[in-house]
Amino acid sequence: MSHETNSLAPEQLTEQQHTVLVDWLTQLADDEFILGHRDSEWLGLCPTVEEDVAFSSIAQDEVGHAVFYYELIQELEGVSADYLAFQRPAHERKNSLLVERENGDWAYTIVRHYLYDLWDQIRLDAMVESRYTPLAHGTQKMKREEYYHLIHFQHWFARLTGCGGEAQERMKQAMEWVEQDLDDLLDIGVYESDLLSWGILTKPPTEMRSEFYSQYEDLWKDISDLSERMIIFSKQASKGRMGQHSPALASVLENMTEVIRFDPNAQW
Amino acid sequence: MTQTHNGKPEQERFYQILDEVKDPEIPVISIVEMGMVHQITVEGEMIWVQVMPTFLGCPALEMIGNSIRERMLEESDLEEVFVEFIRDPLWSSERITPIGREKLAGFGLATPSMDRLGQVECPYCQLSGTSLVNLFGSTACRSIYYCRSCKEPFEAMKPI
Repeated sequence: MSHETNSLAPEQLTEQQHTVLVDWLTQLADDEFILGHRDSEWLGLCPTVEEDVAFSSIAQDEVGHAVFYYELIQELEGVSADYLAFQRPAHERKNSLLVERENGDWAYTIVRHYLYDLWDQIRLDAMVESRYTPLAHGTQKMKREEYYHLIHFQHWFARLTGCGGEAQERMKQAMEWVEQDLDDLLDIGVYESDLLSWGILTKPPTEMRSEFYSQYEDLWKDISDLSERMIIFSKQASKGRMGQHSPALASVLENMTEVIRFDPNAQW
Repeated sequence: MTQTHNGKPEQERFYQILDEVKDPEIPVISIVEMGMVHQITVEGEMIWVQVMPTFLGCPALEMIGNSIRERMLEESDLEEVFVEFIRDPLWSSERITPIGREKLAGFGLATPSMDRLGQVECPYCQLSGTSLVNLFGSTACRSIYYCRSCKEPFEAMKPI
């Protein structure tokens, strides 16, 4: 079967396909954009100067990925990527609750980013052969960049959980906090079955989620001797993907839109 | 003028022009030597240049696009230059030309081995007793290393 002839072309989408694609791209873009902004808040405050350098690069990559997704929406909707990034109210944002949370301590920052990246890797894998070719090409590129993030966070995770003492305690605490937002992160909105049946995603979301949770359980095995530990997920109804957010998002948006609110025509 | 393999001497001329467009973050190397130029197409008075970005979030892209337009308009009699950043095919660090690699080494930047985080040769003393200090460097596309032989820190292009 030829990949090219089977592809979904931007100009041939049905109205429903258009809606589903824009919803999905918005989730991806908003996740990367808000997390990239949270990463940038560490600049000058990281525990080491090497981490300041690392976090500025990682923030730049994530925001670059957000721009890529926003531009795909721009092609479909005709609204500018800048508008999508800076001028939508909180209730139109579809990022997961996890990425909008405040940075907290270093342990929370590392655990949040590592688990996000593990999920992002699974999500990218499900898109590199997407029938929507612009998405397939962009995600192939992103995977090569994200490879470095994953190594970086894997390394920090192993170091902090392996050293015992306060670091390990804080890592366990961070795992418990992050865990409360995992279902929300792994939720992919109301069009899950359409994304799969139209080949925008090439892997069933249920399989993607079980792949993630099996990796997640392995992480716990590494850091805890509580072998009887049961992972109980909240099974809460989707929030972030439906535009329902915590006050943390409002404060991120207020901060990042300060310039545009002051001068909507500002150029730099 | 000599004929190029596809019978278009003008192509060669366009590549010469683009060879003067530098990457603003690494001013010693041109976008041709970086292997970023995919295709140059002429349609009437318009030229269409397709360029592969190194990293999706590279902040230098806009400047590179502007320099391409400026150089092309100055050096040719074309009326319109259209620059397109494409994602198919993907840029890879393997596309950097041999001359490009030499220039990067002269700039103090090691070029990647495709075994990724494996041994990187020091661009100053050419020895391989180096260690990775930080996966992330001063730009999205670089990592920081330290040479245990000549005791110099240096950067390397991330293999992607």
